[in-house]
Amino acid sequence: MTKTYPKASRPSLDNVSVSIEKGEFVFFIGPSGSGKSTIIKMLLHEVTPNKGKVIVNSKDVTSLRSWKRPHFRRSIGCVFQDFRLLPNRTAYENVAFALEVIGKTKAVARRVVPEVLELVGLGGKEHRYPHELSGGEQQRVAVARAFVNRPLILLADEPTGNLDPDTSIEIMRLLDRINRTGTTVVMVTHDSNIVNQMRRRVIEIESGRIVRDQARGVYG
Amino acid sequence: MRVKYVLSEVLVGLWRNVTMTIAMIITMAVSLTMLGVSGLVYNKVADMKNLYFENVEVSIFLEPEVAEEQRTALDGQLRSDPLIREVIYVDKTEAYERFKDMYQDAPDLVSAVKPEQLPESFRLRLVDPEQYRQINEQYQSVEGVDQIVDQSRVLDKIFNLFTAGQNVALVAAIAMAIAALLLVANTIQVAAYSKRREVAVMKLVGASNWFIQAPFVLEAVVAGLVGSILGLGALVGLKVFLFDGALSTLQGLFSPVSWGEIFLTFPIMAGVGALVSAVTAWVTLRFYLRV
Repeated sequence: MTKTYPKASRPSLDNVSVSIEKGEFVFFIGPSGSGKSTIIKMLLHEVTPNKGKVIVNSKDVTSLRSWKRPHFRRSIGCVFQDFRLLPNRTAYENVAFALEVIGKTKAVARRVVPEVLELVGLGGKEHRYPHELSGGEQQRVAVARAFVNRPLILLADEPTGNLDPDTSIEIMRLLDRINRTGTTVVMVTHDSNIVNQMRRRVIEIESGRIVRDQARGVYG
Repeated sequence: MRVKYVLSEVLVGLWRNVTMTIAMIITMAVSLTMLGVSGLVYNKVADMKNLYFENVEVSIFLEPEVAEEQRTALDGQLRSDPLIREVIYVDKTEAYERFKDMYQDAPDLVSAVKPEQLPESFRLRLVDPEQYRQINEQYQSVEGVDQIVDQSRVLDKIFNLFTAGQNVALVAAIAMAIAALLLVANTIQVAAYSKRREVAVMKLVGASNWFIQAPFVLEAVVAGLVGSILGLGALVGLKVFLFDGALSTLQGLFSPVSWGEIFLTFPIMAGVGALVSAVTAWVTLRFYLRV
């Protein structure tokens, strides 16, 4: 996909062209304000490029009508630095909520949610509230919520930003496991440790331009 | 399951912000009552116009020294006039009878007046009562005619008063509607803010727009409907206490307001209330949630 995204004084992304294959695991790295988050937002159809195209799952989403956006989003899972869980719902309810609001029945939720909570390693903690869980566990709930609908792509925006190194590595193992099921994982991070350990494709962005695109790369 | 979810969200939403909900419902109710009143007045004025103009008369009074042939000539002219439906000639004796009837409470006045002093007159019923001006122009200058008195001119003044009242009610309805609109917009914003986490998650996981908006829009619609029910109550109260109560002595003057008419205004009030609330909520959400 090619995209130029002029905004404010200089473009946030300047003639960036990246192609990510299905099933890949990609890190976007770069200093704050380099344009990493803009890429995530474009993949989510939250912003549209002024020039160029965003193609997801061989469909051009640049011109996607806004009323079609919800359906498009269902093929993308999302994890953030701040977890974004609902504080008044348990782990189970948080994941089930994501299913129910896209029209899945309670019966489907009862079957699928325990499965995915088991997968992320939260078996037995389904009925804890977010404040009763550690940061790492909360992020697992968020990953479970992002993955429960079996998306084609999992976007992770600094998912380890709030976690200590050991917990971060556990989350990365989890993302790796999800990647092995065939899900494309796109992750934005500042965490050099993790990038160096994983040895996956690394795309470095600076001032809106790609300065490095390396298979099995390191943080540098 | 989704219907149940939406409905429980609506109730929780209304309850969470109960003071605003009440304010919203009250302004909505007042506005819709005003709308109902102005609709009823509009109906009544039309009814009463029919009723009154049916019986309205144009009287042509003749000069005291009118000549016999002048009167006959005028009589013939009137009877052949296509604008006039009916002509009744009232001579001095009959005028005196009518005078006695009208002033039976004032015997002094009656005894002071003699039949010869009263003018003869023609009483006319017009095909279309609104055309009295033409009658006036046509016969004012005819010899022997003293004065043309038209009741509908007086009625016009009364009806202008009613129309003014109706306009006041309409303006009040619109002013209150604007207040109600702003309150709906505000309430919906507060509701959306208090549910911003849920909304953010819903948008993230791809919940459809209508599913995100439905609880908020329905909240406003419920408030609008409750407001219209209160408005109906207010109209019923107005009929019972004002029309049938305090104003019952004037019953002959107004045509009565029936229960049927009052209940017929309800669907209009409910429809307007629900529609206005729904559209306001929807527009507010489009700006506020950008969904």
